[in-house]
Amino acid sequence: MSFLEIRNVVKKYDETVTVLKGINLNVEEHQVVCLIGPSGCGKSTLLRCINGLEDITGGEIRINDDRVSGAGVDVNRLRRDVGIVFQSFNLFPHMSVLDNITLAPRQVLKLSKRDAAARGMELLKRVKLEQKAKSFPDQLSGGQQQRVAIARALAMEPMVMLLDEITSALDPELVAEVLDLVRELASEGMTMLLATHEMGFAREVSSKVAFLFEGVVHEEGPPERIFGDPTEERTRGFLKKIIEAGRM
Amino acid sequence: MTDRESRFRAPSVPRDAIPLAIAGMVAALLVALTCAGVLWQVREALVATKNHAGWMDALLIVIGVLPLALFIPATRGLQLAIAARRALWRKDLINARVLTSHSNSSSWFSLGYAVFALIVAALVWFIIANNVAVGTTFFNLPLIFDSFGLVARAFLTNVLIFTIAEVLILIWALIVAVARMIPGQAGQPIRLLSTIYTDAFRGLPSIITIYLIGFGLPLTGLTAPLEEFLTRTFGLQDFSVIWAIIALTLTYGAYVAEVYRAGIDSIHPSQTMAARSLGLSFGQTMRFVIIPQAVRRIIPPLLNDFIGLQKDTALVAVIGTIDAFNQAKILASNRFNLSTVTTVAFLFIAITIPQARWVDRLLERDAKRTRGAK
Repeated sequence: MSFLEIRNVVKKYDETVTVLKGINLNVEEHQVVCLIGPSGCGKSTLLRCINGLEDITGGEIRINDDRVSGAGVDVNRLRRDVGIVFQSFNLFPHMSVLDNITLAPRQVLKLSKRDAAARGMELLKRVKLEQKAKSFPDQLSGGQQQRVAIARALAMEPMVMLLDEITSALDPELVAEVLDLVRELASEGMTMLLATHEMGFAREVSSKVAFLFEGVVHEEGPPERIFGDPTEERTRGFLKKIIEAGRM
Repeated sequence: MTDRESRFRAPSVPRDAIPLAIAGMVAALLVALTCAGVLWQVREALVATKNHAGWMDALLIVIGVLPLALFIPATRGLQLAIAARRALWRKDLINARVLTSHSNSSSWFSLGYAVFALIVAALVWFIIANNVAVGTTFFNLPLIFDSFGLVARAFLTNVLIFTIAEVLILIWALIVAVARMIPGQAGQPIRLLSTIYTDAFRGLPSIITIYLIGFGLPLTGLTAPLEEFLTRTFGLQDFSVIWAIIALTLTYGAYVAEVYRAGIDSIHPSQTMAARSLGLSFGQTMRFVIIPQAVRRIIPPLLNDFIGLQKDTALVAVIGTIDAFNQAKILASNRFNLSTVTTVAFLFIAITIPQARWVDRLLERDAKRTRGAK
């Protein structure tokens, strides 16, 4: 039994568009698993299905041997344990940075305002943004906003973090500050599943790499093998294009 | 290729600015004469109605001098136009273009204000025409001053109705709007109810809603316990204000619910997704994330509906409430003069303008707060 088990997951939109065609993937505790693959292959959809932001059409998802997909699942409860960070940050623009982080701990975990603020400041220190606590999201750079978004997800003390192409919307010089933070989380043993286009980073940080293609896991394995000696034709073709684009 | 080169070697020659400048001059002259004529007639009217006093002549002369200011831009336009023509003779094309542009700008400025002044003059003439017929019908100053206290006091009824209704609408419309967005199959009956309500009350003319509720409900006798209670606790005798508030809340609640809904819809779904992903429920997401952002966006259209509501408080006259309009109508028919209704018109305009400015200030302040410099 793995910590996170994705079994034969199918996701259809409107009966006609099938995004996920039977995904199988296991994530162990403290593992960092990277999803790579061309755009439209279903990486983001899969991540959103795991914490119930999208309903799945078939198959099942289990965390700690508890089924977390389908009817009867308390999604609000599930999402406390499964944090997600999005490509476009999605901070709440009408709230200060600190309020962004403390909203869910206060309203969902029922922490007192003081405790939530203390936890929020601790997290801000960790993402090196404690001076920005009173700023509003629109006053921060993209990299700073994404670090706040990570801190916001961490404030719920999740068991697993899902990172959905969190550096894709950033200017190149801001990518490093966000990746450093993820690297730190990985070294602390946070279980993570991340969709990414940063191949060098994926190779360095992940315990396992899964190549998604047309809604299925086409090939998976340790990063050295996937990047160094992929067996599948499609994987090779995808990596070749990445190298041609100068991204690896 | 030669065609292209030739085009670049023949820079555009500016169009002569003198005709427009002359038009500006003529317009300024026309305005000066018209205004002098109208003001002379005003003086005659004042003398004829025995309202004339010495200081009025001074005032009229000051007003008569004002339109002469139009000659400043008109003269400048003409001077610049002549200078432009001279520059053209010297083959100084660039300066000719610059001068022509400035000349045209001055001439149009004087023409624009000439139209403005002529419209004002026409309005003044309209008021004093036919032996100051319009003036005495709508602007009978002694009557306006005499009746102002009564009308203004009655206007407080309008203020009372729309203030209470606005508070109720803000709450009621939010409930209706959120009810219409409740997700899932279980929410369907609530969504349906909310849709039917909005469709019905947006379709009903507010005067009919007021009439039916104001006259109909008391006739059914179903409201008797409520009326008794109100009389006993508050000593209230006239219930028409209550029915008016209910009717207007129902009508404008439907409009404002749609405004809320548009505001909520305008918040990008990624905000809902982010909030829900943190474990917030639908209700918490609405309350802390979506509605606070939506409300900022809907303030201008909300003000629109509230101004509509404020004006519609004049409709309560149909169920006999003594509001400003009803009071003014009574006074108007007693004195065979509509000037009291003019007072009501001015009161309505006077309360609208500060609200509009206040909303502008509010939005500006909020924009500064969340989007200020780093």
